[in-house]
Amino acid sequence: MIELLLNGEPLQIDNVDPNCTLLDFLRDQLHQTGTKEGCASGDCGACTVAVGELDGALDEECIHYKSINACITPLANVHGKHLVTVEGLKQGQQLHAAQQAMVDCHGSQCGFCTPGFVMSLFVLGREQAGPPERHTIEAALGGNLCRCTGYRPIVDAAVQMFDPARQADSDPFQEKETQWVKALQGMNRTDEVQLKGEGRQYFAPDSSSRVSQLLREYPEARLVAGATDLALELTQQLREIDTLIYTGRVKQMTAIRETDSHLSIGAAASYSQFGPALTALYPHCGELLERLGSRQIRNQGTLGGNIGNASPIGDMPPLLLALDASLRLRCDDQLRELPLEQFFLGYKQTALQTGEFIEQVLVPKPAPDDCLRVYKVSKRFEDDISSTCGAFWLRLEPHEQVPEQQVVTQVRVAFGGMDAIPRRAHACEQALLGQPLNDNVIAAAMTALARDFTPISDFRASSDYRLKVSQNLLKRLQLELGNDSLLTRVNQHA
Amino acid sequence: MRNLPDTAVITDTKQARIQGGVQQSVQHESARRHVSGEALFTDDRAQPTGTLYAYVGLATITRGKILSMDLSEVKAAEGVVSVITLDDIPGHRDIGPVFPGDPVFADGEVLFHGQPLFAVAAANQNQARRAARLAKVDYEPWPADLTIEQGLAQQSFVRPSHTQQRGNAAAAISKAARRLNNQLYIGGQEQMYLEGQVSLACPDEEGGITLYTSNQNPTEVQKLIAEVLAIPISMVTVDMRRMGGGFGGKETNANQWAVIASVLARKTGRAVKIRLARADDITVTGKRHHFLSEYDVGFDDLGRIEGLEMSLSAGCGFSPDLSDAIVDRAMFHSDNAYFLPAAKITGHRVKTNTVSNTAFRGFGGPQGMLAIEGVIDDIARAVRRDPLDVRKDNLYGPEGDRDTTHYGQKIERHILPGLIEQLEHSSHYRQRRQEIIDFNRSQPILRKGIALTPVKFGISFTVQHLNQAGALIHVYTDGSIQLNHGGTEMGQGLFTKVAQIVASVFQVDMDRILPTATRTDKVPNTSPTAASSGTDLNGMAARNAAETIKQRLIDFAAEHFQTSAEQVQFHNNRVVIGEAADLSFGELAQLAYLHRISLSATGYYRTPKIYYDRDQAHGRPFFYYANGAAVSEVLVDTLTGEYRVTRADILQDVGQSLNPALDIGQIEGAYIQGMGWLTTEELVWGDDGRLQTNSPASYKIPAIGDTPAEFNVALLADSPNVEATIFHSKAVGEPPLMLGISVWSALRDAIASLADYRISPRLDTPATPERVLKAICTLQQPFDRQEDSHAND
Repeated sequence: MIELLLNGEPLQIDNVDPNCTLLDFLRDQLHQTGTKEGCASGDCGACTVAVGELDGALDEECIHYKSINACITPLANVHGKHLVTVEGLKQGQQLHAAQQAMVDCHGSQCGFCTPGFVMSLFVLGREQAGPPERHTIEAALGGNLCRCTGYRPIVDAAVQMFDPARQADSDPFQEKETQWVKALQGMNRTDEVQLKGEGRQYFAPDSSSRVSQLLREYPEARLVAGATDLALELTQQLREIDTLIYTGRVKQMTAIRETDSHLSIGAAASYSQFGPALTALYPHCGELLERLGSRQIRNQGTLGGNIGNASPIGDMPPLLLALDASLRLRCDDQLRELPLEQFFLGYKQTALQTGEFIEQVLVPKPAPDDCLRVYKVSKRFEDDISSTCGAFWLRLEPHEQVPEQQVVTQVRVAFGGMDAIPRRAHACEQALLGQPLNDNVIAAAMTALARDFTPISDFRASSDYRLKVSQNLLKRLQLELGNDSLLTRVNQHA
Repeated sequence: MRNLPDTAVITDTKQARIQGGVQQSVQHESARRHVSGEALFTDDRAQPTGTLYAYVGLATITRGKILSMDLSEVKAAEGVVSVITLDDIPGHRDIGPVFPGDPVFADGEVLFHGQPLFAVAAANQNQARRAARLAKVDYEPWPADLTIEQGLAQQSFVRPSHTQQRGNAAAAISKAARRLNNQLYIGGQEQMYLEGQVSLACPDEEGGITLYTSNQNPTEVQKLIAEVLAIPISMVTVDMRRMGGGFGGKETNANQWAVIASVLARKTGRAVKIRLARADDITVTGKRHHFLSEYDVGFDDLGRIEGLEMSLSAGCGFSPDLSDAIVDRAMFHSDNAYFLPAAKITGHRVKTNTVSNTAFRGFGGPQGMLAIEGVIDDIARAVRRDPLDVRKDNLYGPEGDRDTTHYGQKIERHILPGLIEQLEHSSHYRQRRQEIIDFNRSQPILRKGIALTPVKFGISFTVQHLNQAGALIHVYTDGSIQLNHGGTEMGQGLFTKVAQIVASVFQVDMDRILPTATRTDKVPNTSPTAASSGTDLNGMAARNAAETIKQRLIDFAAEHFQTSAEQVQFHNNRVVIGEAADLSFGELAQLAYLHRISLSATGYYRTPKIYYDRDQAHGRPFFYYANGAAVSEVLVDTLTGEYRVTRADILQDVGQSLNPALDIGQIEGAYIQGMGWLTTEELVWGDDGRLQTNSPASYKIPAIGDTPAEFNVALLADSPNVEATIFHSKAVGEPPLMLGISVWSALRDAIASLADYRISPRLDTPATPERVLKAICTLQQPFDRQEDSHAND
């Protein structure tokens, strides 16, 4: 049985197929149809709901809300949380400020995407003290597609919802927060949670060792965290997964810790959770983390998932390869550390052994002279999969004989989207190593890159384009490291 | 009725006019229900007990013969109640909307990858979807044409080619001082309505069907269900409250699913819902046609066109659907706003073994317009002038016999010259042009581009009989009003505008009027809500209905209070009858009822003036033209081909706007949709004929960050439609989509800067970063060779 608050009311759920998505449960079983299905793949945001949690690390007295896609969330993932849907915002006849602003700004046309936008706005409203910058609005709403309005009125609504005149007379999210915190605290937060139904089962253990034990017991079980990838097997391929093991309650797998040498990120930590810590160390990761999926996806998706599914187009592996990250893998009580470079063996194949799983990701901390750049290229800036994603880490130091000249003394270059696995570009690295970043060296590195990769053509990009752009990213790197005043990226200067 | 209702209406006495009359920016009639999740879409409706869920089984090859189809596992699957194939259809098996060619299920032969072969009804959606995947089908694959070029090479067409011609274009071109020819591939576009295809068919006791659906054309689906079930049309009722977006994708392409659900509903005696999963929806429904345009143009040294030969070859897919009219409309718009002294425009309807392409906002117009705007840009580079100047010099004008289109329609109102002038100033085009030239000289990697492109879009269905509409209005004895008409609400605000019209006629607040679901049992024999005509047609019909009731009330009041009709004045929720009485609208309605006056009326409208002789390709197909222009500015990364639209300025002529806020919403949304069509929205088929970009994960419509940070949209002031349209407004649904062409033109401008604006880069659409980079790379080749291939005069 799982339990949660749904729009402030306690709800217990048992005997429901654990493969059921949160969206299907809301619509088909509770007949709450305000939340819409636009794609059932987490790409349009029509199903956006808000999920509130007590954040043990931050504050036990507050509920922290985030937006997620209900269409790719296994129902049981919301155990112990406050689920807020569009039905939960209006108080009597009075609209919530996010709703009122959408009405006043003509933010809805056909109205189908609107509940999803309203929920993303609701979360934005709780995150911001006052009217947000445009950039903040775009980051919050980038995962909500609207085909009618062209978005301008929705951007306006995101500002106007902060207008004091639009605030409702009463705000249950403030008035009832203490009561709701108590209710959430009263739900099972320590012991293992299970949901069983239709002959299938879902376990939410609270420790790595129990995960191991379950994997031994159910060798066919699938680990699930944010489910942003796994749920597609349910909604698109119509697979049935008999046993799911949820890792989001395992402390070792959600913790984010900084040591003297490393940032250790739990494999089940979401992008939203680990992003700030990583960006604090490596500010140049910021753009990639904002363009990886959408806000909803970043609230759900995890680093372990991005690595573990071994997709050739995952956006974190190129970065982590360039940073020389390693993985802490667990099998029962056996822990081993494996450089990420040795993890990807072939298309969707990894070095994980039976019963083994990623517990943590270890990212080395930067030295003062390290340079890092990560470039993602895709058809659309927001919520799109990379045509190519290049990460460049290098150290520039004075040449031994010619001290006024800076040369590359260490370098790691890695790409995603260029091969069956994300991997290093060794020939390119060799062309750079020991050299100054001048035109000839960059030209040689570009040529070398063509020896590193023979990318495929698909609907995202042709082989030629992937290679050509990846080569050109070396030019961009040269320009950015050499001349601060040049404009090199269109999305910095809109 | 023995006890009469209270007619007291609480109105704000300080209010000087009704709330929600025409020309007011009132909110969408469903806005509060949209934001609260209370607005019900078809899939949200409470459904009858025992409702079954239908799903379709799809072909897994592109073209070939079906040797055998074993459905035993489908029938045996969990939850399955019924399975149907073409043989289970009692009546017509072909649901082609104009011409035959669209079988309900594949008829022994697969016509495209993903074509429905059969359907299954099961206890729930998942069971139906799973079962539909269990068929064992043996095929004999046949060779397939996937591209326009392949279809052209085979001379394979879904409909005969057609030509519109004025003068001797070939002679004019060869006489001209300069000459260019080129070609352009114009990609298609998925409608990507957020609400997918959905229908709920409920069997009626008489043997008919009541259908709840998301469909732009209730009358047509009503007729098709009747034909497929072999029952009279009168036995089918279609109810359509709202769509979660249509954009043309539910004009004919919503019919098949409704028909399948209806057949299963009659067969099982149970209600049947069908709702396509997104990947299947995108695979099995038609899109905007992709086109190949080829042109040969002659012009003078200033770039004024003297003759144009253009061929427009549309990839239609496997069947005619609406392609005849769509390609006609492309041809009607191959002049856009420009006078063509001699022209020969040929349209080919190329058959390919892909999904049958269909209506999408603009209906061929955008492709024709893009083609001619490309020609103008090419000419501008050739004569080394700012493209805006070449555009202005080629506009239709009142002088020098430059006011007739190549299909013989006279341009009676020359709105664009002044509109362009105004936009040129308000957008600071000239100043920004200079700043961009300076920027481009100073930056090695990033380049800026700017373009102003106009739109002149013909308003009316080119199929004449569709230009009619009906409405039905009931006034109740408390003065509340129910409004019904043949138009469908898909987000465009039609219900709001028509309610405003009726509110203005009766002079009551808009909240007294309830717009009700479009239903074929209320207003029969309607036209699709398409061709931007929804308000023009249905607004007029509703006004006529309201005027009928109003006249009855006037006649009654004049007689009852023994005064003249002129003394009966409707104003601000009240009716003043001379000195005799001052009643609320409800009081008068009740009084009229007591005196046995009918308070219900139908209204009807047909568009005047239009005629067209297709054999001669000559006439006046359009009642009037809607005009607008946009200036877009882009920033392009020459290393990656990535770009941003940084600013857009739009000026659109909507006549006397019925609702400025809704009109601006249409303009902004259409511009962004047009931009998406030409930039990131790429449809890619594999060599196996399977559509690979079949979900929003792979098919990228604009997201919120793609909307330009600076986005200035204005309505042309003081421009009432001179034609007798509803309150002298103009259509707004489709025309502004083509404002997005300015983005494409600006991208070409930015790229051309790399060759000092001497070369017009070929830039097929959608202009993805990949295509932009390809164009950049072409220009970075030595210039001389390039110029040879472009200027062959």
